[in-house]
Amino acid sequence: MGMHIDLTVVWAFIIAFAVFAYVAMDGFDLGIGILFPSFKVGAERDQAMTAIAPVWDGNETWLVMGGGGLLAAFPLAYAVVLTATYPLMIAMLLGLVFRGVAFEFRWRDARHRALWDTAFCIGSIIAALSQGIALGALLQGVKVANGAYAGGWLDWLSPFSLLTGAAVVVGYALLGATWIVWKTEGFAQAHARRLALWLGAGTLLALAAVSAATPFLAFDYWRRWFAMPGVLLTAQVPLLTAITGGVLFWSLRRGADRAPFLMALTLFLMAFIGLGISLFPYIVPRAITIWDAAAPPQSQAFMLVGAVIIIPLILAYTGWAYWVFRGKVDEHGHH
Amino acid sequence: MDAVTLARIQFGFTVSFHFIFPAFSIGLASYLFVLEALWLRTGKGVYANLYRYWLKIFAVAFGMGVVSGLVMSYQFGTNWSVFSTRAGPIIGPLMAYEVLTAFFLEAGFLGVMLFGMRKVGKGLHFFATSMVALGTLISATWIISVNSWMQTPVGYALNAKGQFVPAGSWARIIFNPSFPFRLVHTVIGAYLTTALVVGGVGAWHLLKDRANPGARTMFSMAMWMAALVAPIQILAGDAHGLNTLEHQPAKVLAMEGDYQPSPHGAPLVLFGLPSNAEGRMRFAVEIPKLGSLILKHDPNAPLPGLLDFPKDRWPPAPIVFWSFRIMVGLGLAMLGLGVWSLIARMRGRLYDWRWLHRAAVAMGPAGFIAVLAGWVTTEVGRQPYTIYGLMLTAQSHSPLAAPAVAASLIAFVLVYFLAFGAGGYYLLHMMAKPPEPGETEPPRTPQRAGGLVPAHGVDPVPQPAE
Repeated sequence: MGMHIDLTVVWAFIIAFAVFAYVAMDGFDLGIGILFPSFKVGAERDQAMTAIAPVWDGNETWLVMGGGGLLAAFPLAYAVVLTATYPLMIAMLLGLVFRGVAFEFRWRDARHRALWDTAFCIGSIIAALSQGIALGALLQGVKVANGAYAGGWLDWLSPFSLLTGAAVVVGYALLGATWIVWKTEGFAQAHARRLALWLGAGTLLALAAVSAATPFLAFDYWRRWFAMPGVLLTAQVPLLTAITGGVLFWSLRRGADRAPFLMALTLFLMAFIGLGISLFPYIVPRAITIWDAAAPPQSQAFMLVGAVIIIPLILAYTGWAYWVFRGKVDEHGHH
Repeated sequence: MDAVTLARIQFGFTVSFHFIFPAFSIGLASYLFVLEALWLRTGKGVYANLYRYWLKIFAVAFGMGVVSGLVMSYQFGTNWSVFSTRAGPIIGPLMAYEVLTAFFLEAGFLGVMLFGMRKVGKGLHFFATSMVALGTLISATWIISVNSWMQTPVGYALNAKGQFVPAGSWARIIFNPSFPFRLVHTVIGAYLTTALVVGGVGAWHLLKDRANPGARTMFSMAMWMAALVAPIQILAGDAHGLNTLEHQPAKVLAMEGDYQPSPHGAPLVLFGLPSNAEGRMRFAVEIPKLGSLILKHDPNAPLPGLLDFPKDRWPPAPIVFWSFRIMVGLGLAMLGLGVWSLIARMRGRLYDWRWLHRAAVAMGPAGFIAVLAGWVTTEVGRQPYTIYGLMLTAQSHSPLAAPAVAASLIAFVLVYFLAFGAGGYYLLHMMAKPPEPGETEPPRTPQRAGGLVPAHGVDPVPQPAE
């Protein structure tokens, strides 16, 4: 048997899958939080909430999976990244606390519903913004010395990281709007459709800006994207992104229900693949590769047994839960 | 204060706040499982109504547990990055298994449990409840295994990078010496905590209306639980203590306040003021020989004292000594309540003995205090180590400046008191309402499509008012 499977690469893909699953799923419910103030008090807000209430908890679990998986498979990267983005991670967690409790609290306290709706919105924006800024901070590089973070606690702050922060907020909002297009009808749907057109344009613009700025952060990025013959492959990513954007607008104008959300997700997938091209095999760009950060094979192998068996099961029952709550949320806020 | 002290305060604060919710939801999920099973078996409406009553409370408590737990999974990296780097290869996979086998299970079925009553059949709905309850227990198993490994580390080797890596079998790591004792003690603690809350709520409503069928049923069930489980918990705690004496003697000596070695049998110090600075108990009230009788089951058995250990390896005895006494005192009070309820039951006065009901109301929050006191005992008792005997707390924290940790600590305190304070208020508000026939489902439960016809004896469910 000459087959040699590199566990570390396998785990890099599993973590990447968990992160993408998180972005795809929590993205739309965070997005609905971001857009919440634009929904009319009453039926429209109740509908938006009902469209995510049964699934948000499962969506957020992928974030725990990303964090827990990183600690287990790449402990050094977990330690360095979380220290380097310390204030962002704390802000994200506190934002998620606020929006998480608002799901239940807003029904429990009609007098203060406006307050919890505000907490839901601000918490969602803070969480999305922190994630986006953290992504930018990672891309621009963090200072590592002797296997530990060696920078200051505000190193993450830069125009580029603020740009990626804004990009993620706009992108999540697009996912949220298109999810509402899928899950509602009537006034709420029409409103979300109008929002999605603007947000789609905003997302494409943000993607273009981040993509244009990234190669200037470091020569390594430039080489990865523009050197021959790799450019023949890498050029497919912006091309497919442009096509996806076209289909998004076409489906929104045509009044399709599901296609806009699926296209918005595809945009995220393209961005994600782009990030993969920029980063792999680094887990902290130009400082720590996945092999530098890897836990020993005994740890990775032990977890892999579980992951291979359990992740398909998780996907199956998560799919079932989504299927149970399929269909439109009606104007009284019921499925 | 230095960064490590601030990081410790932050971890202690966030984990204490977090554990309040699982301590309640582990027991409550199992209670909901029992209620739904009883409803499906007997068709009695009172069980369906109690299920719905507690389900709404569960939804609020569980949501707070989820978000405060999310914080914990990142606390290791943000504030304890050196510990994470070194211990990650061992504790990481265990926590990853917790996510894979427990968190997803709970989250995946929670939506159906809360909102799916009219979307799926009765059997499937019961299955969803079962999976959520099972998830809480699996979750407890993994995280207690992690904690226990930090208390009694085995099955590891150190690699060239100074990391703790698995050596040999994972089973040895998972089933480390203190794990079975701590797991049993923790899960029973959660069950007792829930029983006391349910009993307290039932008693509160019996004091107002002793004919309320929901209040009668929940009070009776809770008192059975207290009467049966409190004695088991005391035995489990004793066994856990003996295990700790074997593996972490300094912790037990701090709990007992034994500074001086006792070659001819240790006394039991009932009360006193331990002083690590002076290395002795002040104002000790003690019973001779009883300490050895409890810990060694022999009044003359010799016991070491903290003075046998280097002073810089002592846990802070004043905290451990008192937290341990709070836990034990409350445990004995729980036993008393359980016994009292048995007497009331024998005399046929379970539902109209008002002093029993008042006592049950007063004991309602006792489980939370006991559980937190127990965790303070075991965690502070592990000091000065994060990994007992191997890695010092002072060498585990992130390379962060104190102001960064202080600022995040203040933010956590503000946000937690605001968010969870409000949540606690809502929970109390819900518990203050009596369980009624025709108890509503959680708000926004989909009502339109469905295949679930209310069983015989269950009042039709009115539309939620909101």
